Amino acid sequence: MAERVLMKGNEAIAEAAIRSGCRHYFGYPITPQTEVAAYMAKRMPKIDGVFLQAESEIASINMVYGAAAAGMRVMTSSSSPGISLMGEGLSYIAGSDVPAFVVNVQRGGPGLGGIQPSQSDYFQATRGGGHGDYHMIVLAPASVQEMASLTVKGFNLADKYSMIAMILADGTIGQMMEPISFEDVEIEHYDKPWALTGTQCQRRHNIVNSLYLQPDVLEKKNFERYEKYRAVEENEALHESYMMDDAEVCVVAFGIASRVAKNAVVAARAEGIKAGLIRPITLWPFPKKALSEAADQVKSFLSVELSMGQMVEDIQLATGCRRPVSLCNRVGGMIPSPDQVLASIRKAAKGEN
Amino acid sequence: MKTTQILIAGFGGQGILFAGKFLAYKGLLEDLQVSWLPSYGPEMRGGTANCNVILSDDPVGSPIVTNPDVLIAMNLPSLQKYVNDVVPGGQIYVDSTLIAEKVQRTDVEVYYIPATQMANDAGVPTLANMVMMGHVLQHNPELSFNGTDVTVQKLVPAKKAALVELNMKALEAGRDYEG
Amino acid sequence: MAIVFEKPKALTDAVLHYCPGCPHGIIHRLVAEAIDELGIEGRTIGVAPVGCAVMAYDYFTCDMIEAAHGRAPATATGIKRCRPDNIVFTYQGDGDLASIGMAETVHAAARNENITIIFVNNAIYGMTGGQMAPTSLPGQVTQTSPYGRDVKLCGWPIKVCELLSTQDGPEYIARVAVNNVKNVKAAGKAIKKAFQNQIDGKGFSLVEVVSACPTNWGTTPQQALSWVESDMLPYYPLGVYKDRSAEKEGK
Repeated sequence: MAERVLMKGNEAIAEAAIRSGCRHYFGYPITPQTEVAAYMAKRMPKIDGVFLQAESEIASINMVYGAAAAGMRVMTSSSSPGISLMGEGLSYIAGSDVPAFVVNVQRGGPGLGGIQPSQSDYFQATRGGGHGDYHMIVLAPASVQEMASLTVKGFNLADKYSMIAMILADGTIGQMMEPISFEDVEIEHYDKPWALTGTQCQRRHNIVNSLYLQPDVLEKKNFERYEKYRAVEENEALHESYMMDDAEVCVVAFGIASRVAKNAVVAARAEGIKAGLIRPITLWPFPKKALSEAADQVKSFLSVELSMGQMVEDIQLATGCRRPVSLCNRVGGMIPSPDQVLASIRKAAKGEN
Repeated sequence: MKTTQILIAGFGGQGILFAGKFLAYKGLLEDLQVSWLPSYGPEMRGGTANCNVILSDDPVGSPIVTNPDVLIAMNLPSLQKYVNDVVPGGQIYVDSTLIAEKVQRTDVEVYYIPATQMANDAGVPTLANMVMMGHVLQHNPELSFNGTDVTVQKLVPAKKAALVELNMKALEAGRDYEG
Repeated sequence: MAIVFEKPKALTDAVLHYCPGCPHGIIHRLVAEAIDELGIEGRTIGVAPVGCAVMAYDYFTCDMIEAAHGRAPATATGIKRCRPDNIVFTYQGDGDLASIGMAETVHAAARNENITIIFVNNAIYGMTGGQMAPTSLPGQVTQTSPYGRDVKLCGWPIKVCELLSTQDGPEYIARVAVNNVKNVKAAGKAIKKAFQNQIDGKGFSLVEVVSACPTNWGTTPQQALSWVESDMLPYYPLGVYKDRSAEKEGK
């Protein structure tokens, strides 16, 4: 096993990106993700890579668009307000079907909000973020090690499906340090015949584009894109099940909330409550199958979130509303305590909301 | 299964985060599971700073310390804010140069260390944090002073090697203090 | 029979969609001629804007990308930083470059990004049907300044070359026009130089082409060209605003 080192979650993303073959980073400073940029600024010049501080998040995502179109593994990182500014570029990248890797280390909102951790960009991330019919693959790490491993996975999935992969983390996972070891990174290679390389006067020109003025052509493009999305939903949903074998209350939580929830599940078990946890690792595609199967077994669900309950409706959709779904949440940068979650588990076990 | 939850709190600039990093690395080198979580705020200097460190035999669940086993208070507001959160039977370490107040609780062990004064006396005025750490290692049954030098070497970047000795000086002063 | 005139190789056979009398066709041709003459077609990557030239990707034979509105300099930066050996150019209008994309323009210039920008200034938003542009002249009647551009209400036109040439960053800033043969020839030279600068690694080169929009100005093509001469050029004087290499050589 590789040596364990202590690293911040944000730094783990940056290092994993470099190990994944990313040599191009474009970004704009914003708390609480700035360590990603700082790490890249230090490392990229030493490995013949490019670090460029853009004039805005709007510019950085459009630089990403250009670099992605040129066929490169490229990334940007930001936090909630910055991701909103990127909405336009994300939509163009999705509409042009080029791969890109984007990190959102979320902070409280809406508006300028705060700088403390949050998960309130769930809708924005899982529903696309910009205009038009599209999805991004959304990965939700719950540890520093996963910040790294899901970064590697994100780059691979982005290339595999020629679409955006987003890490949806939060200020806590970004700022905390945990031991991490970098196992051998497996870089999957996919052909990019559409890439802008210059024709060398050897082939017809490539055009990277999201404009289709004929409605029937644009419709066809959208239908084709959704075929791809169906394949992603079929093949790439990920989750972790914890103490679910005989669970009667299923806690659903991702990221930092899942860490707190795990403590609460252990505490509930100590009281004799049959609680378990399903932790979605991909938020899009949502692990519908796991949730649906759980609905056959458990009496109720409890969503633990750092948002006003944005994931609740995904749980309801995945389970066909067959079981009640209650919510335990804190927002604005607050994080629920294990005791608060435990209290909610007790209520859920009694069938209260 | 043993888990030690540690909360270090004080002003920004006192090396609170570095002290936490020291404990986290110490745990890492002892093959424990560890987490380190800083408070982060808009002010870079002089604001409140605190740091949560968890050392455990098992994977760390929530990295957030709400009820510390060990509180290290480096200013009065921090002591007042967190003193009642410490679990019964826990430990509180107080920098008595900066905090004149005494802890009223009787269900915790309290150690008063004039760390800022000691650091000044030892010629390492910026390392009161490490004086405190030395004392913590001496008195906490879950931690030990062994291997401290290796930990410090891990933490201090190669080009600042001179700092290793100074940190060790502060740590040893804290270890040897008998209040 | 000797061929004395033909389509540049760097243009495709697609029929341009531009309105009758629109100078975009001339400017496309000048860009294509520069690419042909410099022999860079195979390694050029073009960035199309949002605006009348939105479908420029169909007209040039090199690899092309369609950028978001105003973001062409950022997109071009992404490409150029990845592929420094390729020649990267943007082709943008006044709304794209000087209004919504002003930040991207100024910062690409400040970085002396080694790209070439062809900036077509026709003092109006053409594609959306004739609204006031950042470069519309004081008093100019447009769909959104129906009583004439009132500078007290909507501010003054933005002079892009003057603005950018105050910056230390850019290599080459020039304004040309395509309203008569002499000016077209000078414009072709400036555009070629803007590409040559990139080949030589000199950096950010922007050529503003004062153009015309007979359709949205409500004039005949002939009248439009006259209006360029009588109204546009006094406000937007032609010339080289910055040429760092020439300045260094004491020219």
